[in-house]
Amino acid sequence: MTGISFDISHMLAGFLVLLSFLMLYQVRLPPLLNVLAAHAFALSLSVAWQAHTQDAPHLYITAAIALLFKAILVPWVLRRMVVRMGIHREIENVVGIGLTMLAAMALVALSLEFMLPLTAKADPVVREDIALALSVVLIGLLLMVTRRNAVSQVVGFMSLENGINLAATGARGMPLVVEISVAFSVLIAFIVIGVFLFRIRERFDSVDVGTLHMFRGGRQ
Amino acid sequence: MGHCSPRAGPTDWPGAEDMGHQPEMIEPTAWCIAALLALSALSVCLPRRHGAIYAAATLVCLALLWCGATSLAAPVSGLKLPLGLPVTGVTLSLDPLAAAFLIPIGLGGAGACLYAIGYGQHEAEPARVVPFVPLFIAAMTLAVLAADAFVFLFAWELMSLASWALVLARHREDGNIHAAFVYLVMAVFSGLTLLLAFGLLAGTEGGFTFGAIRAARPTGGTAALVFVLATIGAGAKAGLVPLHVWLPLAHPAAPSHVSALMSGVMTKVAVYGFIRIVFDLAGPPVWWEAAIVLALGGATAALGALHALMERDLKRLLAYSTIENIGIVFIGLGLAMAFQSNGFTPGAVLALTAALFHALNHTVFKSLLFFGAGAVLHGAGTRDIGRLGGLIHRMPWTHAAMLTGCAAISALPPLNGFVSEWMTFQAILLRPDLPQWGLKIMIPVDGALLALTAALAAACFVRMHGIAFLGRPRSEPAATAHETDAWSTAAMALFAALCLVLGLVPGIAVDGLAPVVSSLLGERLPPQLGDKWLSLIPISASRSSYNGLLVFLFLASSTMIVVALAHRFGSSATRRAPAWDCGFPDPRPETQYTAESFSQPIRRVFGALVFRTRETVDMPAPGEMRAGGIVRYSRDLAWDGIYTPIATYVGIVSTRLNTIQFLTIRRYLTFVFLSLVALLLALALWQ
Amino acid sequence: MNQPASLWALSIQFAQMLLVLGLAPLLTGLVRKTKARIQRRQGPPLLQPYRDLRRLLNKESVLAENASWLFQVAPYLIFSFTWVAAALVPTFATGLMFGWTGDLLAISGLLGAARFFQTLAGMDIGTSFGGIGSSRESMFATLAEPATIMIVFCVALIAGSTQLSTIADYMASGAAGLRVSLALALIALAIVTLAENARIPVDNPATHLELTMVHEAMVLEYSGRHLAMIDLASHLKLLLYISLIGCLFFPFGIARMGGGPVAYLMGLGLYLAKLAAGAVLLGAFEMCIAKMRVFRVPNFVGAAFMLGLLGVLLLFVSRGM
Repeated sequence: MTGISFDISHMLAGFLVLLSFLMLYQVRLPPLLNVLAAHAFALSLSVAWQAHTQDAPHLYITAAIALLFKAILVPWVLRRMVVRMGIHREIENVVGIGLTMLAAMALVALSLEFMLPLTAKADPVVREDIALALSVVLIGLLLMVTRRNAVSQVVGFMSLENGINLAATGARGMPLVVEISVAFSVLIAFIVIGVFLFRIRERFDSVDVGTLHMFRGGRQ
Repeated sequence: MGHCSPRAGPTDWPGAEDMGHQPEMIEPTAWCIAALLALSALSVCLPRRHGAIYAAATLVCLALLWCGATSLAAPVSGLKLPLGLPVTGVTLSLDPLAAAFLIPIGLGGAGACLYAIGYGQHEAEPARVVPFVPLFIAAMTLAVLAADAFVFLFAWELMSLASWALVLARHREDGNIHAAFVYLVMAVFSGLTLLLAFGLLAGTEGGFTFGAIRAARPTGGTAALVFVLATIGAGAKAGLVPLHVWLPLAHPAAPSHVSALMSGVMTKVAVYGFIRIVFDLAGPPVWWEAAIVLALGGATAALGALHALMERDLKRLLAYSTIENIGIVFIGLGLAMAFQSNGFTPGAVLALTAALFHALNHTVFKSLLFFGAGAVLHGAGTRDIGRLGGLIHRMPWTHAAMLTGCAAISALPPLNGFVSEWMTFQAILLRPDLPQWGLKIMIPVDGALLALTAALAAACFVRMHGIAFLGRPRSEPAATAHETDAWSTAAMALFAALCLVLGLVPGIAVDGLAPVVSSLLGERLPPQLGDKWLSLIPISASRSSYNGLLVFLFLASSTMIVVALAHRFGSSATRRAPAWDCGFPDPRPETQYTAESFSQPIRRVFGALVFRTRETVDMPAPGEMRAGGIVRYSRDLAWDGIYTPIATYVGIVSTRLNTIQFLTIRRYLTFVFLSLVALLLALALWQ
Repeated sequence: MNQPASLWALSIQFAQMLLVLGLAPLLTGLVRKTKARIQRRQGPPLLQPYRDLRRLLNKESVLAENASWLFQVAPYLIFSFTWVAAALVPTFATGLMFGWTGDLLAISGLLGAARFFQTLAGMDIGTSFGGIGSSRESMFATLAEPATIMIVFCVALIAGSTQLSTIADYMASGAAGLRVSLALALIALAIVTLAENARIPVDNPATHLELTMVHEAMVLEYSGRHLAMIDLASHLKLLLYISLIGCLFFPFGIARMGGGPVAYLMGLGLYLAKLAAGAVLLGAFEMCIAKMRVFRVPNFVGAAFMLGLLGVLLLFVSRGM
């Protein structure tokens, strides 16, 4: 692999991490969804670049799926939902942004520290890609944990999935079947979560998952 | 520490290219698995054709038997199927060890299915039984053929689940649901420990095929941990004390032909798992591992026999006896490990051959005994031997078969059980100079325990046979019992004949097992067949020899001579009269010795120690109109000492942790997130 | 093996089989006579057991109404198991033609098989006496059989073989010397002999008092030729055990393979002397001791087991013991 393609794939992966940080920074939902779209777009670019460099045409399909579903369809549907539910002006997060960002920094450090020695023998592109992908996954989880709103949790989940995809395409030889099944499971999860969001909303007039808690049986 | 002998056979898997003219049996075996699965599916589609399904399964099992028998001495053959996980696929291989265990599966499976052609007709809800039987056999076959950890664990769990469904087939009977629950818990536990063992074996590289595992055998602490996990995992499935508690609950709960499969065959698959991991995958054993196996085996054998002696339920008795026999097999395995770890290969060869032979023998006679128990259950309607009696008159064929089985399992010459125990004794008597004190003490103690076990087993089966089949009927159903159908009788007769054949010409089995042993240990016993009148001479003729055929001929001829002489020179007149009974015959059947009273002396001798037995006289108060009696309390120390405390702690902990059930989704996610981060951190630091 | 030698071995084998069969009742007669003489009684003549057997053989056999085929077959089986076992013990000469058919463990197994059928036969009629006998016999056996195996272990570990001919040769050669474990094994074997042959203090062969009998309770329903077979089998068993003690622990004078006729004659004479000594000792011992309570017997026989185990442990720990 030549130096320039190496750098490009690195850059794209790093860009994904940066966008993940941006997500953490956003407190309102519509900009968060914009960042999600950008995140997915970056992913599809990265995957397409991998398809190009690895000479693996089936990865173009993955890139297309990412672009179509994750960058366009999902953010669009989510934005419509947010608007319909009238929560596009709400501000919510549990922990302060600064603290969250610091935690995210620590996570990136951890994933680099963890991944780089483990994959010492692997192809350098794969090494860096996987380390960065793990950061994306962890930051996605962090997003889910620190947000109270169900929609932002969905966003966290989607970005987490993007991280998994990044890792999968970076590692060579991942069969298409696995990718497609991952994509499908995410799609189904998305549909289920979407339907539930509306149900929750109809019933409790809020999508704050904290409200649900009051209706659980048993002890508090 | 002695050297370990170089291994032949499995190490060069799958590079055995030079198959040459030898037919590869792996493909027919795989087809057999497919056929069994198809039969299982077919039985759901054809709910009325059970006989045909069982008949077909019998034929497939016979094919399995043939595959196993022909590939004992054949080179290793492998097969890779594009199924299952994408990267690894399904790797199967048929090496001598796998072939040796295909034989009990094929034999036991064929017998059980043949028996079930007739016996299955009495089943109340056949749809709960028939589909799972071929599935169960297929899973066991797959477990034996597996050549990577994924396939092995998948087959292992499938085997557990299929048998669990069969245990639950009669879910309306008392206690069966509890039995199935305990079984499931133990099966999951066993699967979990094996999963961990294979995880350690595969190492960080993740080589899950057996070939890769063999190439990088674990050492030191990892090897020790693998051994402990494998012993727990395989031991729980085989019924090693103290992991045996599920076995006497689960095995009897299933229909009798399934009990035969579970006791006769599934425990052998567990033994296979143990041998595969400890002898083959995890490398040569270390002496303390051998000492542990010897201790477990001895305790299992003696306790199993004692429990069996106290039991009233016919099928539970047989289940306890299975535990006992597994103990004997593990004594043999422990001896082999002890000898191998000290580089004394001839001893290891003899001990391993004895263990494998006993496993095969146990399949034969335990299947036979469970068939008989099923016939009794069907014919007399009860499994409680305290309500039976006099069945010899009503069920002559079943009685004859059971008599053979009882004599064989009691290790009486000239039947097969004697030969394998004799070989185990011979292995103990080799007494090499072992440097470790643990083994110096453990081996003779195991010899004593084995001798005690043999005697207890003989007493147990005298009691079972005498109470159930001899004497006078103790209940109405026993008095009107009827003989079982022709298919069941045929299955029993075949297995009884096998007991005799394996006892008379043990050389067949010993020679057949020789390639297996040499594939694991690098040496083999001298060929037995073709030697001086088919004698069994494991080491040398001046040391020890046994000739079952000649013993049988002597017995038969001297019996015939003495009968002829007694009738020729004495009176041959016979008169029937009331029983003498010291002049006070009492016609009531209650005056006979019962199952409890028969075992009372032995209970008194051993029971105080092992079962904490207490007997109190339950005397009604004056004026109270009920019968007095003796009340007997006994407890299973394994339950009291291990399982009840564990259950209590699990209860306490789960009460404490109950609050975790009532958190918000976000908090759950936080838990997941934090544990993930903690694991990553730990790994990063550990590296 | 060349032709004359093998013929000779074959003839020794058959001579021995007939010899043990012929001598067995005489041995029992001698024990009875000894006991009677110690009690200052005249006692029955030495040949009385033969007369008893003949009388029983000539009587008709009375079977209980619900006796099964097993009940009728068992006496013959018990007899032939015991006889085959006795045929494998070298009495006056080693090098039996069929000595390699079975070793000491096989002999123990054959005796176990005889007991298996005996206890089953005891339960066949379904009387309380049969049950009591079978149950107690089983209890004794659970201790006596492992004790036997432990004794076998002791001698086999010393001689390096379980083959009786080899052991007897080894012991007769004096290579074994005096050993602690052998002494333990001898005491254990003496106890087992008492227990297995239903002698005092374990059981009383002379009584039909219901609460004291074990062996007699099992055979209570037998009569005629069936009883004769069982009696003959128990005579044989006593002879077997005394021969076994002689062959394992006092093998001097036993004729080796290839010895001349003088050696064989001497072996035979010494064998008869050993048997007589054994019978007299047994009779005298029985007169000196009272019968035990049934539940003290396990301690007694258990002691044999423990002694045997101790001997084996000593042997595993040190080769010189």
